[in-house]
Amino acid sequence: MADNNSGFFANPVVKWIEYRLPVFSTLDHMVGTQYPTPKNLNYWWNFGSLAGLCLVIQIVTGIVLVMHYTPHTLMAFDSVEHIMRDVNYGWLLRYMHANGASMFFIVVYIHIFRGLYFGSYKAPREILWFLGLIIFLLMMATAFMGYVLPWGQMSFWGATVITNLFSAIPVVGEPIVTWLWGGFAVDNPTLNRFFSLHYLLPFVIVGVVLLHILALHQHGSNNPLGIDTKGPQDRIPFHPYYTIKDAVGVGAFLIFFCFFLFYAPNFLGHPDNYIPANPLVTPAHIVPEWYFLPFYAILRSVPDKLGGVLLMFGAILILFLLPWLDTSKVRSAKFRPIYKQLFWVFLIACVGLTYAGGLPPEGLALVIGRVCTVYYFAHFLILMPLVGWFEKPLKLPASISEAVLKTEPGAAGSKA
Amino acid sequence: MKKMTMRTILAAALTFGLAVPAFAAGTEVTPPTQNWSFKGAFGTFDRAELQRGYQVYKEVCAACHAMKYVAFRNLTDLGFTAAEVKALAATFEVNDGPNDQGEMFKRPGLPQDKFPSPFPNEKAARASNGGAYPPDLSLVAKMKDHHRTEGSGADYIRALLAGYKDAPAGFTVGEGLNYNEYFPGHQIAMPKPLNDDQVTYADGTKATVEQMAHDVSAFLMWAAEPKLEDRKRMGFKVIVFLIVLTGLFFMAKKRIWAKLH
Repeated sequence: MADNNSGFFANPVVKWIEYRLPVFSTLDHMVGTQYPTPKNLNYWWNFGSLAGLCLVIQIVTGIVLVMHYTPHTLMAFDSVEHIMRDVNYGWLLRYMHANGASMFFIVVYIHIFRGLYFGSYKAPREILWFLGLIIFLLMMATAFMGYVLPWGQMSFWGATVITNLFSAIPVVGEPIVTWLWGGFAVDNPTLNRFFSLHYLLPFVIVGVVLLHILALHQHGSNNPLGIDTKGPQDRIPFHPYYTIKDAVGVGAFLIFFCFFLFYAPNFLGHPDNYIPANPLVTPAHIVPEWYFLPFYAILRSVPDKLGGVLLMFGAILILFLLPWLDTSKVRSAKFRPIYKQLFWVFLIACVGLTYAGGLPPEGLALVIGRVCTVYYFAHFLILMPLVGWFEKPLKLPASISEAVLKTEPGAAGSKA
Repeated sequence: MKKMTMRTILAAALTFGLAVPAFAAGTEVTPPTQNWSFKGAFGTFDRAELQRGYQVYKEVCAACHAMKYVAFRNLTDLGFTAAEVKALAATFEVNDGPNDQGEMFKRPGLPQDKFPSPFPNEKAARASNGGAYPPDLSLVAKMKDHHRTEGSGADYIRALLAGYKDAPAGFTVGEGLNYNEYFPGHQIAMPKPLNDDQVTYADGTKATVEQMAHDVSAFLMWAAEPKLEDRKRMGFKVIVFLIVLTGLFFMAKKRIWAKLH
């Protein structure tokens, strides 16, 4: 129960409910005045709440879209056009949902790279990191299946290419693919099960997000200095300090989102998906959505199908080993002169993979894809352990307040 | 803070810079960019242009191409009145049924009817067109948007319709195909659809090939994205609102954080 007898908790209705169901104090401990947070979080820490916002936007728009969509190969494409033309604000809902998926990935990628830079995966936050990776995997599955639903050319051929990857598994590969399809080709049963799972998985994500937040609250947020909070002088309550800081981020993010939503709603999609699915006509160049391109590039940089599939899945699974592959005790790259440089090289390699993934695997694109693939794995398997051993980290500040006060002499002088 | 902003901009530029070359790959000739009235943050369709474009579609394209997602009632967007649309729809014959005797029958079109298709099915369309299938034009301006800049789908259609030429020396055009500068592979089954003065515009505009190609491309953009104007109008309001809101949030943040230390 709240240790708070004034303000909000003094309201008799709130009191009455709180006595029977401690929902207000629970929220207050989750994202309110009773959740202590490091005082030095920068704007990179906004992307967690933004990811939560994206999930809510996707679920809400998705539920309304389902009221007008028909999951059948003969009607799916028409029903999407019905949404775009005849449903009130249907165009807005669909563009929000389609662009919202891209926004969700942009936010989550920044969130992941923030974790990589500031060492948020290190002890004692390993399980927090794993839960995040599980959310990421679920997001990929959900996004992939969602892209199939409009039943355009890229929907159909993307589904065909990706499900066919499982045929690379020795002996049982072909039966597995038939089982996934529910037939001998991507067809109505495939569309139906993808629709079912596309509706289910977001709620599974919600569940894992709650665990992610539970794990986060066990030790609190990491921070840009990567050192533990030493006492109350290092911490501030989440509300109002970070609720208002997150609100600034939400505003800025929505402006970015709305730019695409209202002025370039088809920029991030593929024009071929406005052609109805046709199993007899293969598009000249099958590409997944942009957020899968790095993994698609890894897949295609290996000449062997099974090898490519293993490496592609390995590219994500390797992130689970990160807490042990990184041998440095220092969390934040701020105090790691060599790792800091490598982080940016790694980011460039990921951009290179995205670039290569969008082009046919030949010539320069294939070379870029291969070099970046090798670097991607070398970064985790070779550079990270070695740098952790050989790098001499800078001196860590004694506490967060010490470091914060040092950088803000004016503030320290006046009221400290 | 400044450094961080720079890095954010850099990261954003990297992320979006790569989407463009990733899809621009191909051998087609890039169509010239037109100054469409619907482009830009405040773009709107030119009603007169759309009406002319509809006329070209109705009198030329519709002989072979369906447009099954557009209904007569949607034509009020082009500036026609409800009565004009009703009269226009009635000039078409549509299939309906079965009636109480179990027979299919024909009746005059109503505003809620979708544009009738010229062929009952794809096989019939191919049989009448030397094996080629004239695609439905409802979404063609969006499916040809390969350069992902606004209006590039319309640019392509316009260039294609006006891009019929004699094949250059040494280029062999296949049986039943026609040379076109802008079609991928340069061989297109559709014969040159537009010739000067093919239609007589009601508003007296001279019907050159270029003019008709331009008008019908704008019309096809409307057909593919009929809510474009609503979208842009709403977008401007929403973004202005969000900028003000974010500004207020930022000031509130400054104020709340000032209490620290």
